Amino acid sequence: MTTRMESAIAQVRGLGSAREGGHHWWMERMTSIGLFLLYLWFGASLLRLGSLNYGTVREWLGDPWAAVPMLLLVYTTFLHLRDGLKVAIEDYVHDEGNRFFVLLILNFAAIAAGALAIFSILRIAFAAGGGGAAGPA
Amino acid sequence: MSRNPDRPLSPHLSVYKWGPHMLVSILHRVTGGGLATIGAAALVWWLAAAAAGPDAYRSFTGWATSWFGILVAVGLSWAFFQHLLSGLRHLVLDMGAGFELNTNKFWANMTLVGSAVLTAVLWAVILWGKL
Repeated sequence: MTTRMESAIAQVRGLGSAREGGHHWWMERMTSIGLFLLYLWFGASLLRLGSLNYGTVREWLGDPWAAVPMLLLVYTTFLHLRDGLKVAIEDYVHDEGNRFFVLLILNFAAIAAGALAIFSILRIAFAAGGGGAAGPA
Repeated sequence: MSRNPDRPLSPHLSVYKWGPHMLVSILHRVTGGGLATIGAAALVWWLAAAAAGPDAYRSFTGWATSWFGILVAVGLSWAFFQHLLSGLRHLVLDMGAGFELNTNKFWANMTLVGSAVLTAVLWAVILWGKL
């Protein structure tokens, strides 16, 4: 048996199920508070729209005052859901290989779905931006 | 693996008496999982359909206003409110407050009552209001 020179804390530091915990935990809280505000805005906006018709939604997202908060909402939503599902996976998927694979799928899926949602908002917003000095629509 | 049967097992879920705090804790993860998968898919579908054009959007609203779509939407809205209220409770607990037995139990119950009430109010507004 070799003698280890580290202190007791140094021998266990970083060995939690997540390998790194503090930053992830903090990001989960920060994004949750951001989402609280963004979804209050989102809920109030939809209730004020009064309709989710194609034309109404296109016109609404054509306004930068809706498109920009909506981009923030989508981005923060996907950060938060990725952080949350990561914890659940780390708790329930014990095999190292499976865990790596499932976390890989989670990251790919979250980034791909988030990118599609962001692209969709931008497409609507830029399609609506034809007026004034912005050139031909 | 051999185990001395006289030694106690580490306690697991099955040994605890069910209480509202336990239910709310589990619901936080379940609703989070549902929102992160079904909820996120619905959000992306809605935005992508709106970006793609009227036909794609009609296909989305066709699903969303079917009885199945409404059932999913009611479930998602309840999950949203439950996760929201439970999350707010967690932020308070993170500050080290609200751990006294009665206080803890009271606010755990309040998230359940609150999410049911908010879901009912939302759908009353949607079905009987101007939406």
